Parts: sequence; C-alpha cells; structure tokens
Amino acid sequence: MDRPIRVLMAKAGLDGHDRGVKVVARALRDAGMEVIYTGLHNTPEQVVTAALQEDVDVIGVSILSGAHLTIFRKITELMKQYGMTDVLLLGGGIIPDEDKPILEQMGVKGLFGPGTSTQEIIEFIKKEVQKLRG
Amino acid sequence: MSAKERWERETLQPFLQKAPERREKFITVSNQQIKRLYTPEDIKDLDYDRDLGYPGEYPFTRGVYPTMYRGRLWTMRQFAGFGGPEETNQRFKYLLREGQTGLSTAFDMPTLMGLDSDHPLADGEVGVEGVAVDTLRDFEILFDGIPLDTVTTSFTINPSAPVIYAMYIAIGDMQGVPREKLRGTIQNDMLKEFIAQKEWVIPPRPSVDLIVDIFEFGIKETPNFNLISISGYHIREAGSTAVQELAFTLADGMAYVEAALKRGIDIDRLGPQLSFFFNSHNSFFEEIAKFRAARRIWARVMRERYGAKNPESWKLRFHTQTAGCTLTEQQPLNNIIRVTLQALAAVLGGTQSLHTNSYDEALALPSEEAVRIALRTQQIIAYESGVADTIDPLAGSYFVEALTNEMERQALDYIRKIEEMGHGSILEGVFAGIENGFFQREIAQAAYEYQKQVESGEQIIVGVNKYVMPQDEKSKLNILRVDPEVQRRQIERLNKVRAERDNRAVKRALERLEEAARTRENTMPYILEAVKAYASVGEIMEILKRVHGAYREPVIV
Repeated sequence: MDRPIRVLMAKAGLDGHDRGVKVVARALRDAGMEVIYTGLHNTPEQVVTAALQEDVDVIGVSILSGAHLTIFRKITELMKQYGMTDVLLLGGGIIPDEDKPILEQMGVKGLFGPGTSTQEIIEFIKKEVQKLRG
Repeated sequence: MSAKERWERETLQPFLQKAPERREKFITVSNQQIKRLYTPEDIKDLDYDRDLGYPGEYPFTRGVYPTMYRGRLWTMRQFAGFGGPEETNQRFKYLLREGQTGLSTAFDMPTLMGLDSDHPLADGEVGVEGVAVDTLRDFEILFDGIPLDTVTTSFTINPSAPVIYAMYIAIGDMQGVPREKLRGTIQNDMLKEFIAQKEWVIPPRPSVDLIVDIFEFGIKETPNFNLISISGYHIREAGSTAVQELAFTLADGMAYVEAALKRGIDIDRLGPQLSFFFNSHNSFFEEIAKFRAARRIWARVMRERYGAKNPESWKLRFHTQTAGCTLTEQQPLNNIIRVTLQALAAVLGGTQSLHTNSYDEALALPSEEAVRIALRTQQIIAYESGVADTIDPLAGSYFVEALTNEMERQALDYIRKIEEMGHGSILEGVFAGIENGFFQREIAQAAYEYQKQVESGEQIIVGVNKYVMPQDEKSKLNILRVDPEVQRRQIERLNKVRAERDNRAVKRALERLEEAARTRENTMPYILEAVKAYASVGEIMEILKRVHGAYREPVIV
C-alpha cells in the first residue's frame, strides 16, 4: 500500500466517554495511519460530511450511550446516499450481542467492544482496507 | 550494618539466587512502583499526632467521625435510573424495600446535557442511560410516594444541576417538607466535566459562577444539603492514575472554594456543605492510601491555606463508586469479585457512602438481579466480614502509611503545578489547564500507557488477557433494555405540560432569569420560579446558553 490509511475517529451522540476513542486513535497513529479525531457530540450528518471532506478509508464511531441503533442507522443511510461504498465503517463501545447482527446488516463492518486489543483493530483495518482498495 | 541490610545480604540475596521473583518490577494499575518490603524505615518521619491523629479530629486521616462504622454504617447508595420517571420510581421503591438507605438518581443523556426529550440530538437517547426528566411534572412522578424528609437523595447532574436542584426543592415544598430538612447531594461539579466527563452547556467561567449561585442560595435555603460533590470518579474512569484523580479533584475543590471566597461567601458556612466523590479501583492498598491522603490534604488546605475555623469545614466527606472501567465484558461474573475488593478498599478507606457496580454493566444497564447482588456485596462486607468493627484498621501498617505519604506528596506536586499555571490562584490554574489541554493530555497519556501495559501483559486482566475462555457466560445474561416507547411517551407528556401550563407565567419567569443572568444577579431564585411554572430543563438551559454562549471543547488526542 502506497498511500497511508486515513481514518476518521468520531464520537457520535451525547455521551462523553472518550477514553476508548482516544486510545484507539493514538494506537492507529502509532501504527502509521493518518487519524482525524472529530471530538465529541457529533450528529450523523457531521460524521459523514467530515468523512467525505477528509476523504478517509475508515470511519470509526464510538458510542457508549446505548443510542447505537439510532445513530448507526442514520450514518449508514447517509453513506449510501453519498455512495460511500469504499469506506469501511467500524463501531466501538458497549453494544449488546443481539444488536450486532442488526448493525452488521446495516453495513457496520466491524464492532469492537470493551477489552479489545488495539492490535486486533489495527490488523482488521489493514486487512479490510486492502480488500477495498483491491 | 542495619538489621535490614543484614537480612538482605544473609537471607534475601541467597534466596533470590535460587528463586527469582515473578517480575522485575511490581506496579499498581497506576504505574506506581511497589517495594518488596516496607519497614519502620519507610515511615521514620511519620508523627502520629501530626499526621494521623484521632478519628473525628484534625487532620482526619483516620476518619471523619469519632466512631466511624461502629456508630453508623456507610450509606448504601445504588445509582439507579432508566426509562421514564414511572420505571425509575418503581426501581427506587424496590431498592428501599431491599434495605438500601439512600437514593441516587441517574439521568439520561439529554437531561444531563440540558436538552428536552424532543430535541433532535435526543433521538435514541431518551431514558436510555438514565431517567428522562423534562419538567417538574416528571419529578412529581419520580418521587411519588417517597417522603423527602426521611430519604436522602443524590443527583448525578452537572450542567443542569440548578434546574434539578430547584425541582427537588419544589417537590419538597409540595410535600410540605421544610427546606432545611432536605438532605441529599447534587453533583454540580462542572470543572471535572471540562476535564473528564464532558457534559457541558456553557463555558467554564460562567459554569463556575452558576455553581457559586447555588452555594450562595443553598447555604441559606437548604443547609443540610450537599451543594456539590467534587468528583474524581470520572477523571479516573477517563483513564487517569490514582494520583491524578486525587490531585485534580482536590484542585477542583480548592478552585470552588476560591470562587466562593471571591463572591464573599463565608468559608465556614460553605465548608460543611461540600462533599467529594471518588473511584475505587483495582489496586487495593493504593486506593486505601488515596482515601486517607485525601482527608489529610483537604483538612490542611482548608485550615491552613483558606483559614477555615469550623472543624466541619476541614472534614473531607466522600461517596465512593467502584470502578466501572474495570468491569469486563468477558466472563462477567468475575466482576462480582472485582467489585467486592474495590468496595472493601472503599470501606477500609473510610467512605461515607458507597455504590457497588453490577456485574453486567460492561454489557448493558444492570438487571434487577445484578443490582441486588451488588447491594448484597455491601451488606456482606458490613455485617459478616467484621471490617467495620474497628476504626481505620490499616493505620500503622508500614506499607499503607508509606503509600499514604507518597500519594500525598505526588498529589501536592500536581497541585503546585496547577497553582503555577494560575500564577498563585488554583481557580485560575484549573481554568488554564482546561483551556490549554493540560488535564486532557495528562489523562489521555495515562490511559494510553495503561492500554499498552495491558497489551504487553505487564498488567493482567483475568478473562481478558489471561485465562481467556472461548465461550463465556454472557449469552446467558438477562439484559435490561429500555423500551423505545419511553421516548414517545416522554415527548407526549412534555407536549401536554406545555399545552396545559400557564405559558405567560413561563415566559415571564424565563425573561426574569435572562435578566438576572445578564446582570450577574444570583440566578437560583429565578430558576426555581421557572421550574415551579413548569418550564422545561431545555428551556431554562437555553436561556443560559443565550446569555453565556455554548461551550466548544478544544480537540486533544
């Protein structure tokens, strides 16, 4: 891969739990990726617009408020609307097992809950982005 | 050669040759290095009367009350709230029936952020993380059948604290309870929000002004109510070390005292109405040392730096919650044991009240069964273990005293640094640290270091990076879910209240509030008036936003 992987890390919704998103952002940066962190309290529109403007390969959204179904539904709809089929959408936070298939069906390609190692996320992104870039 | 040197040479070294230790260095979860052995040498400068004293006396290292838990056990206060006020009212009554001795209210994200349930940003969040409250009507339902003169209630609420405090007073007025009989706590600590938890509406300076409004109003109107709970819990959850939690929390406390003094508030009337809130994490002895050091530092600061004369002002009284961030999604039943150890540390550290987390909280909101086990954990510690039968049982331990001194020393270093940032003022230093990202960087750095230690195996988490099981019991758990119906019902009730209330009275009250906020008059009486006219949380916070502007955080990774 010539171009470094570009990642947008975002906190969507109202919760301020940003420990995880910041740890992951730093780990991805240390792994050589270009990371843009949006900060807190973003609407789905803001997340998707930022991803378009920054021309990223990956969007990582962290939600720990329980609003993941509502927020990911809006994000995936907007991504479809803008034809962002080559962007990898990932989620992090507290997401009950029974919600995972629903989110995957919407188009969230990877979900990383508490206790996930940053190494696992890095490897997942590298593998999936390679596939998308063909 | 000292006896210790002789032991090292003759006994220890030959033994280490044959059997080396498990690791090269032993550290706490906060990267604090722990020595092999502590002896009288480690506390040779400790002066019992000066540094420890007797319980209920300065500097309160051994506890704030003369009899501690022999007189009265700590308050078992489980944090609860979900769905609408109806569901939470039922959970409150359940907890009181099960022997809980105080209530603690969790609000949903929109309420915490000062938004009404029908705000676009509230979609999907109404009643999910806590109870949804829009107007006084919701509080009437929340406290239905709960007499405010006998129950103490704690409210985890920050930017919208003045509104919720006003609602509680209004309910007390309706029940005919004299305001001086209201007991409880509002968290009302905005500095730690800007530092760690990230719930805010208006910028730091006007936020602190609003807190001082509550102080000024509260020392006269509700003298038995804790007007603030200066919190380290969230700082720790955001990834800080134990020392950072201690230092930043006490610095915040000092900042509030300085802000109150600037307003001309009598420190000895305010002092007794300040309370604290700490985290109890995994490293057992470090936590105990942290609690003991907190009491000693606060007593000295209040007496020596700020000149408080009332012994009640010197006492650091605190609530503790076990560390949510230590709960694992993997093998969740293991969390029961983690919580037990953390709760034990809080009790040995002399807490005044305690929330024990439920074992399923890394998965979802706690189920009723998990909440009961969490409460039973406290009851077993209280009634079966015997640890509550003598005061501060670990005092005099070479290790615990040395660690207490060490926590104090490191925290004071941080406080000095903050004071330097504020050119002699802690209040200005804390504002500067928020603006220039000092606190955020310190905490993010500690969180990242810890994660690296976990991934390298230097820190072990059972069930996560050691003793991992392919299939664990989490699929068997009954997860509590909030019905999406709650959002619809909440908006419907809000609309009904808006249609039925006297909207001219609401408009008048909000105009008066705006005028008071602009002229820097104390806003509390006007907020109370607006609440009693059934103005909503969002409407009241919107006025403050109009006057002071909305806060945007500098983004720091």
